Amino acid sequence: MTIFGVPAQALFGQLLIGLINGAFYAMLSLGLSVIFGLLNIINFAHGAQYMMGAFVAYFALQWAGLGYWPSLLIAPVVVGLFGVLLERTMLKRLYHLDHLYGLLLTFGVALVVQGLFRNEFGSSGLPYAAPPQLTGGYNLGFMFLPTYRAWVVVFSLVICLGTWYVIERTKLGAYLRAATENPTLVQAFGIDVPRMITLTYGFGVALAALAGVLAAPIYQVNPLMGADLIIVVFAVVVIGGLGSIMGSIVTGFGLGVVEGFTKVFYPEASNTVIFVIMALVLLVRPSGLFGRTA
Amino acid sequence: MTATRVLVLAAALLAAAAPVHAQISDGVIKLGIMNDQSGTYSDISGPGSTVAARLAVEDFGAAKKGMKVEIVVADHQNKPDIGSSIARQWFDAEKVDAIVDVPTSSVALAINQITRDKGKAFLVSGAAASDLTGKACSPNTIHWTYDTWALANGTGSAVVKTGGDTWFFLTADYAFGHALERDTEAVVVKSGGKVVGKVRHPFPTADFSSFLLQAQASKAKIIGLANAGADTINAIKQGADFGIVRGGQQFAGLLVFISDVHALSLERAQGLVLTEAFYWDLNERTRAWSKRFAAQHHGAMPTMVQAGVYSAVLHYLKAVEALKSDDGTKVIAKMKEMPTDDPLFGKGSVRADGRKLHPMYLFEVKKPAESKGAWDYYKVRATIPVEQAFRPLDQGDCPLVKK
Amino acid sequence: MSVTAKPAIAAPARDAIETPAVPTHQLAAFTVMLVVLVAAPFFVYPVFLMKALCFALFACAFNLLIGYVGLLSFGHAAFLGSAGYASAYAAKVWGFPPELAILSGTLAAGALGTIIGALTIRSRGIYFANITLAFAQMIFFFSLQAKFTGGEDGIQAVPRGTLLGVLDLRQTYTMYFVVLAVFLIGFLIVYRSIHSPFGQVLKAIRENEPRATSLGYQPEHYKLIAFVISATLSGTAGATKAIVFQLASLTDVHWTMSGEVVLMTLLGGMGTVFGPVVGAFLVISLEHYLAQLGSWLTIVQGLIFVVCVLTFRRGVIGELGRLLKKPL
Repeated sequence: MTIFGVPAQALFGQLLIGLINGAFYAMLSLGLSVIFGLLNIINFAHGAQYMMGAFVAYFALQWAGLGYWPSLLIAPVVVGLFGVLLERTMLKRLYHLDHLYGLLLTFGVALVVQGLFRNEFGSSGLPYAAPPQLTGGYNLGFMFLPTYRAWVVVFSLVICLGTWYVIERTKLGAYLRAATENPTLVQAFGIDVPRMITLTYGFGVALAALAGVLAAPIYQVNPLMGADLIIVVFAVVVIGGLGSIMGSIVTGFGLGVVEGFTKVFYPEASNTVIFVIMALVLLVRPSGLFGRTA
Repeated sequence: MTATRVLVLAAALLAAAAPVHAQISDGVIKLGIMNDQSGTYSDISGPGSTVAARLAVEDFGAAKKGMKVEIVVADHQNKPDIGSSIARQWFDAEKVDAIVDVPTSSVALAINQITRDKGKAFLVSGAAASDLTGKACSPNTIHWTYDTWALANGTGSAVVKTGGDTWFFLTADYAFGHALERDTEAVVVKSGGKVVGKVRHPFPTADFSSFLLQAQASKAKIIGLANAGADTINAIKQGADFGIVRGGQQFAGLLVFISDVHALSLERAQGLVLTEAFYWDLNERTRAWSKRFAAQHHGAMPTMVQAGVYSAVLHYLKAVEALKSDDGTKVIAKMKEMPTDDPLFGKGSVRADGRKLHPMYLFEVKKPAESKGAWDYYKVRATIPVEQAFRPLDQGDCPLVKK
Repeated sequence: MSVTAKPAIAAPARDAIETPAVPTHQLAAFTVMLVVLVAAPFFVYPVFLMKALCFALFACAFNLLIGYVGLLSFGHAAFLGSAGYASAYAAKVWGFPPELAILSGTLAAGALGTIIGALTIRSRGIYFANITLAFAQMIFFFSLQAKFTGGEDGIQAVPRGTLLGVLDLRQTYTMYFVVLAVFLIGFLIVYRSIHSPFGQVLKAIRENEPRATSLGYQPEHYKLIAFVISATLSGTAGATKAIVFQLASLTDVHWTMSGEVVLMTLLGGMGTVFGPVVGAFLVISLEHYLAQLGSWLTIVQGLIFVVCVLTFRRGVIGELGRLLKKPL
């Protein structure tokens, strides 16, 4: 059976691959969306923080012999702390200004971080192996699915849905959402709003770093791994609607699938299809698919 | 009468004894090493090319011969506009006489034009475009180490002859990738093989899973990688994840360097078939030189590009010495006249279209168990003799060559 | 009667708004700039200066949009690069003389600017930045795929030609003064756009758009016109650059080029007259001197962004203007 000239089996395989890639997009755009949606900060350093997460995993292995499983916790914590530091020292001063200054600052931070890592490690990738429990794969008939990639999808889904749940359905999330809408009032209720903001930024950054650890065994760990990814992730967040957590998750997975199909029918365009979609969406729905108007 | 004779003789002797650099522009032979110092190709050429050039100057004995040789280095970041800016600045304002190395064909083509306009010399080691000795050939350029035709020919025909007769191409979607695919496809078909499919991936790409899936579905015996650098490494690495080799297919790397194999590690790269012009462990002479090189290059063995820089600079200096001038066009002509000889490539020559000739080698990457230590990566599958290694002179459309 | 009819755009502007004459300090600064630029090629490598001038024009054009309309476009490289390709192709393949080639590039950028502007001008803030980026990426993809652009090789060996049949542009100094003339014309067009009734309306829109609308102006039209001027002059810069360097390449349509022009404008001073020029020269000089240090260039550029945004938001010329208490 063929669909548009491509065997159905091959298409299912591509669909699955698309979901796997979508998982990365979803996790990364989730962090970005949390940061923008709740804090109105445009974090252009997200790609660099993703890269830092992968590097922390690499260092943890090289210097401390700590493998993949501990790194899943260590990397987000370490990079999250870096994020907290960044927010406390620099981002805090920009809240009263136009959002675009936050974008320019984080863009600058990204350049500095990427430049420093490149200086030290060059731009060829460093190898990082998947943990032994996740090597090998399953023969599904229409394709051979590496275990590690299956794990990536499952884990990302858990994290994404968990984050969505915490923010949209719990009291903590409610405080957070209230604090962004009316910080003074929420502060008056005794909640330390600045600290919440700082921790939320740290959490968003930690999500990026977690995506970095997930990525390390698949892609080479290299200083520029986040550089071209960041504009794609931005596109995902914008399409989903800035401020909509579910929008980013859905769009992230959706984009992965669309990209997957593009790779079958018009592979050369697979890097660009996201931008075409973004332009179309913004023309029709200027606030994105699920977005709230600013 | 005798006094005049003595005077004339004395004058002649004085003239003969005048230092070699009397006719060399401002007394200094200035070489510019331009390549990618910190990006994707920095391991293939990068700072190692400077080490190689310095070794050439040393081995030539410039100091003893009273010749002043200076080396300057620049990073073109793989961009033709940066490369051409640097070339202009070097030629116009900094009195550079020859530019050496230049990986990345788009930059090399731009520099080829500028060097020609300004009458200087260009010794290409890093770039692959066979157009440099074809449509774009120039009396100021010599293409030293390898080119797309030689790679396609070596890997393509040799692989088909040893049973790899169905091919699927994974091609980087840019001019260079297309050219590599086209050249290799022609060779495969001519050798009796068949191309069962091809897919073009954006350049650069981080995730090859989708394309590898298509390659697997094609059931081709050989997956030809018409890409380079990080793309090749990622494709092979992810191919291991998806069980390509386990499934019975083999990768053929159309542009792979020993530094790529080093980055991949033997576990992943084993069985990969590739063509190169040089390997550090080929014979006693290459081993001796490579050890000297590695001592100055943090223990890393030289790639063929870096070896090519050594060979080209050595021959260039010999030509300048013989000609007593560093006029670009004249030196290049002299380099074509003189046969070449160095410990790395042995005896060879430079053709009228600027193509340096030497044998090429088909290598196969060893299994981890077969390797005796660091950098012991290759076994020689075949030696392609000089007559067959490069595109025949009359097939290149080079305007310098009369039909 | 005519209560519901909207007045034509020009009418109220001319009657109700008076543009002040050119302030003396700006005239003085312009004279200084002119003298420096005329003398410079005799002291500094002219090809470097020509590059800086092209980027200075690009930055001035970009500044029109961000400094005076308040819109951050993250896709301006599309205009720089496309004009470069058009100009290079016209000169090399069609054999156009340089003045027509540059004109072709300018018109191409203008056309592109009109289309993209019409589609994006309704957005603002981060959405505008994103949608301009999206279109720029599509232009990049097109440039990569189209046969005539030569992919990653670009269009090479573009002839310099003879300007108006008289001036041989292969002579470095002749080329330089032609580039200087192009830059000055572009600079003055930007200046005139700002210091005019049109510019005053833009200012009103930037400060309080609903009020401007209530006065009868249609902000979208004004913003679009500013966008098109900005795109067209960016195209002139790109077209000229292609002739000077005899090359049109993918670098000029890549999104990092859009980031560079933001850096130049920010460093020089957004919303100032001379800021973009100074910013462009500073950034190009930085690139030149740090070129050999590989990644350090990126690090320094990033630091400049960070420092400028935190403590130096007005940029070099902005701070200078504040010291002198006169806008520059």
